[in-house]
Amino acid sequence: MKPFLRSLLVTAAMCAATTAYANDSVLKNQKDPNNWALQLGDYAGQRYSTLNQITRDNVKDLRVAWSFSTGVLRGHEGGPIVIGDTMFIHTPFPNTVYALDLNDRGRVKWKYEPKQDAAAIPVMCCDTVNRGVAVADGKVFLAQADNNLVALDAENGKVLWKTSNGDISKGETMTAAPLVVKDKVLVGISGGEFGVRGHLTAYDINTGKMAWRAMSTGPDKDVMIDPSKTLMLGKPIGEADLGVKTWPNDGWKLGGGTTWGWTTYDPELDLIYYGTGNPGTWNPTQRTKDGKPADNKWSMTIFARDPDTGEAKWVYQKTPFDEWDYDGVNENILADINIDGKQRKVLVNFDRNGFAYTIDRTNGELLKAAKFDPKVNWATGVDMKTGRPQTVEKFSTFANGEDTNSQGICPAALGSKDQQPASFSPQTGLFYVPTNHICMDYEPFEVSYSAGQPYVGATLSMYPAPESHGGMGNFIAYDAAAGKIVWSKPEQFAVWSGALTTAGGVGFYGTLEGYLKAFDLKDGKELYSFKTPSGIIGNVNTYQHKGKQYVAVLSGIGGWAGIGLAAGLTNSTDGLGAVGAHSSLGDYTQLGGVLTVFEVPSK
Amino acid sequence: MLSHHLKLLTIASFAIVLSAGAVTMQPSAHAEETKPAADQTAQAQPAAGEEEDLVDADGVPQYIVKDGKVDKGTYNGYRRYSATCHVCHGPDGAGSTFAPALVDSLKRMDYWAFTDTVTNGRANGASVMPAFGTDPNVMNHLGDIYRYLKARSDEKIGRGRPERFKS
Repeated sequence: MKPFLRSLLVTAAMCAATTAYANDSVLKNQKDPNNWALQLGDYAGQRYSTLNQITRDNVKDLRVAWSFSTGVLRGHEGGPIVIGDTMFIHTPFPNTVYALDLNDRGRVKWKYEPKQDAAAIPVMCCDTVNRGVAVADGKVFLAQADNNLVALDAENGKVLWKTSNGDISKGETMTAAPLVVKDKVLVGISGGEFGVRGHLTAYDINTGKMAWRAMSTGPDKDVMIDPSKTLMLGKPIGEADLGVKTWPNDGWKLGGGTTWGWTTYDPELDLIYYGTGNPGTWNPTQRTKDGKPADNKWSMTIFARDPDTGEAKWVYQKTPFDEWDYDGVNENILADINIDGKQRKVLVNFDRNGFAYTIDRTNGELLKAAKFDPKVNWATGVDMKTGRPQTVEKFSTFANGEDTNSQGICPAALGSKDQQPASFSPQTGLFYVPTNHICMDYEPFEVSYSAGQPYVGATLSMYPAPESHGGMGNFIAYDAAAGKIVWSKPEQFAVWSGALTTAGGVGFYGTLEGYLKAFDLKDGKELYSFKTPSGIIGNVNTYQHKGKQYVAVLSGIGGWAGIGLAAGLTNSTDGLGAVGAHSSLGDYTQLGGVLTVFEVPSK
Repeated sequence: MLSHHLKLLTIASFAIVLSAGAVTMQPSAHAEETKPAADQTAQAQPAAGEEEDLVDADGVPQYIVKDGKVDKGTYNGYRRYSATCHVCHGPDGAGSTFAPALVDSLKRMDYWAFTDTVTNGRANGASVMPAFGTDPNVMNHLGDIYRYLKARSDEKIGRGRPERFKS
C-alpha cells in the first residue's frame, strides 16, 4: 500500500482529546505544536510533530543554530522539553536542570543543581543516566538518582517540595522520567540488577504526598490487582496472588520487575500504560518452583492502570520466566490503526525480546506479535491463544542449565530495542524504531543476595548478529497492523537514540558515533547528517519558536551502550582476542554533554 | 573431598611447570609498606573450598595459561567478573565510558591495592567505586577475579570467554 493511501486509513489519534481528563496544562501544551511538551512528545508517546517547515526537500540545508554544554560528562538520555519561550534540559548525575531562554539563544534563566549522595552512583547499573523532566502546572518534576522526587517552580527553579521514593542502600535509584496525569505525578524505580522489587508510585503534584503505590510482584493487594476484574488476554485473571504463587518461596520480594521505562496515557480511556522489568537474578534456575519454570509474575508485564487509584485494568506478560534478561520496560505507543479492516485503539510495544506486540489497549487483547528483527531466535513466535512465546529449547538457558554457556542467542540482553523510544507517524501509519542487532552467549550460575549489591547471576558476552551486515544496529520502519518490517537501514552501532517523525515527511534519530541523521519517512533514505560533539543516546525533538522550526538533541555518550560497546564487542566466532577495530566506539567519540539545536536558514 | 584434593595436586604440578618458565607471570611488585593490615587480608581470603589455592609465597593469587587455555580459578574469575564488574568496567576488563579499563589498572595496581579497592571502594569526585566487602558474589571469588584480570592485563589471554583446560 502507498504511504499516502495508508495515511487516509489512519486517524491522528489522541491529540483531539479536550475533555477535563488528564492534566489540563499538559493537554494544552501538547496540543500546541510550538511546544515539545512531554519527553515522548505527547501522552500517546508518538514522538510525532505536526510541524512541517523542515521538509524532505530543505532538510539538506539544516545547520547548527546554537549549542550549549551541559557541563556534565556521562550518558545523556532523554531530551529537552520546550514550553513557550523556555527550554528545560537535564543532565545525568548530579541531575542538573537548566531552564534556557529561547529568546536569547539559550541564556540560562535558572539552574538547579541538587546535592546528592555520591553513593547513588555505583548502584546505578550501567551509568548515571536520567531520562528527563516533566513540566506541568508551572512545575518541573525531576526524579533524582538519590530517589528524591523534586518539584521545582518552572519560573525560578526553587524547590517547591521533595519526597523520597526509595533507598540507595537497597540498590534503588531513579532514572526514569516522571509523567504528570491530572493531579498526580507518576514515577518508577530502577535497580533490576540489585534485587529491587519494582513499583510505580503516584504523588500529589501540589504536595508530594503519596497517593498510591502499585508493586510489580507480590500479593494482589500490593500489585493492585483484582483477579475477578483485572483482565489478562481479554478475560479476568481468575486466580488470586499469582505474583506470589509463581515464585519459589519469597522470591517475589527480590523480584525485580523494576519500572525504569516510559509511561504513556490515554485520556479518553483514562488508563496509563507501562512495563515492568526482568525478574530478580538472571539465573533462571533460582526462580523455578519445584524445579520447574515459573512465570515470575508480574515481571516482564505491560500494566494498564487507573491513574487515580492505581488499580490494574489489564495485564499482559510478554516473557514469562525470563531466561535472557529481556527487561520488559520499553514504551507502549498508543495509536489508532486499521487492523484487518477494523479501526482499533491499539498499543504497540517493541519489546527487548525482539517481538513487537500490537495490543487492544482497551482490554489487553493481543492482536499481533511479530519479530521486528529477523535474527531473533530464542522463540519462533507467540502463541496468540495463550500469549506465550514459543521458545526454542536450544536457546533456553534454563534447559541448558546452570554453568552451561548457551551460545548464539538473539537478541542479546540489551534487547532488539532498549529504552530508546520509537516514533509513530499518523501520516504514514508506520512506526520508526531504533534497534540493536546484537546476539549473545549466556551462562547462568548461582548467586547470593546481599542488600545493595549486584544480584545478577549470569555471564554474558555479546557480539554483532552473525551472518548479517556486521553492524550492531538497524533503524527500521514497522507496520504494526500487518506485523511486518517495511524497511530496515543498517547502522554500524546499536541505535540508542529516540526517534522523531514530523509532518514535513522527515524523521530524525541520533547514532552512537554522534551523528544526527534526517531520513525520508517513505523509504529511510538518509537526507542529512551532522556529527555532534559526542555520541547520541538522547531523544530528538522539534519545536517552533517565533515562527521558525528547530530540531534539538542532547549528545553525551554513555549508558548501557557506552559501557557495553565502548571498547568494542568480541565476536565469539572470530576467536579469542579478535576485535574488529571498527567496532570500538572509543575510536569515534568521547564523553561530553552538549545540547545542539538545528535550523534551516531563512531565505 | 578426595577429588578436590586430587585437583589441588594437579594444580601444584602445573605450578611447577610455571616456575620452569613455560608461562611468564609478573611477580607481585608490592612494596612492604603497602601490604594491608592483617584484618583486611583476612577479609579478602576466600571461603574454604571456594577457589583454588594457587598463590605465590606472598599469598598473591596466580593464574595458569596453558596452550591458550586457563585454569579453573581464572575461568571462574572471568564468570564472576562478567556478572558483577562488567556492568561498569565493560566487557573483558576493557573499560567503558563509565569506569576505567582494569586491564590497564592492573599494570599499575598490585594485588593488595586491588583487594583494598574492591573491599572498601573508592571515590574520586563523581567517579565512585562501591565497596564490595559484604558481597559474597565478589568477596568469595576475589582471588579468581584477580587471576582473570591479571592474565588479561599481562596479555596472556585475549578478549572473550577463555577456554578452561581440564584438570
